[in-house]
Amino acid sequence: MRYEISKEPIQIQAVIDKVVEREAGAITTFIGTVRELTNGKKTLFLIYEAYEAMAVKKLAQIGAEIEERWKGSKVAITHRIGRLEITDVAVVIAVSTPHRADAYEANRYAIERIKEIVPIWKKEHWEDGEEWIGNQLETVSYPSGKPEGEDVHE
Amino acid sequence: MNKVLMFAHLRDAVGQESLDIAASGKTVAELKAMLMEKYDLPKLDTVMTAINEEFAGEDEIIRDGDVIAFIPPVSGG
Repeated sequence: MRYEISKEPIQIQAVIDKVVEREAGAITTFIGTVRELTNGKKTLFLIYEAYEAMAVKKLAQIGAEIEERWKGSKVAITHRIGRLEITDVAVVIAVSTPHRADAYEANRYAIERIKEIVPIWKKEHWEDGEEWIGNQLETVSYPSGKPEGEDVHE
Repeated sequence: MNKVLMFAHLRDAVGQESLDIAASGKTVAELKAMLMEKYDLPKLDTVMTAINEEFAGEDEIIRDGDVIAFIPPVSGG
């Protein structure tokens, strides 16, 4: 299982171990953590929620996109859901490739794609309230009802 | 019948994780309009739709038994 949604704290080394290859010359690891301050506002904790079955499929799709685009790459992604405290690890992405430049690029691609197509939502809890991020702000819109853009693979 | 799954602020608005609705023959856009009328939902323009765990366009026609999910702008990572 290289693509997982976990209710437990993520074991970073376990994610890395999934992409170890004899052919690999580089492994990049991205660790997304819960930040205390967003635009000056203090977060107390976060709740992540996922449409789990679909989220796992979309994580696997991202991995397949990467393995197609960066030859010889191998990807593993675990995203945590539930209540996360400040500094907790929300997501770990490990990518191995034969050469380092590809490992950096592919890992960056993975996190950007997660933010586009993986059904996971974050609810911020502050001292004075709470809000699902990415909703009423309407900073993202999907006029056709699904993600847009040339690199959105169906 | 169809199961319609709600997430994030939509779940809060509806007060339930899912609704059982007969939606076969309707397009995604028609289902959205119907739900907005029936429930006090925030507008669904910025909400993506998945049918059976794959993203679907507004014109896609729903068949009996399809599982529909409304997917507000995602914020993972």
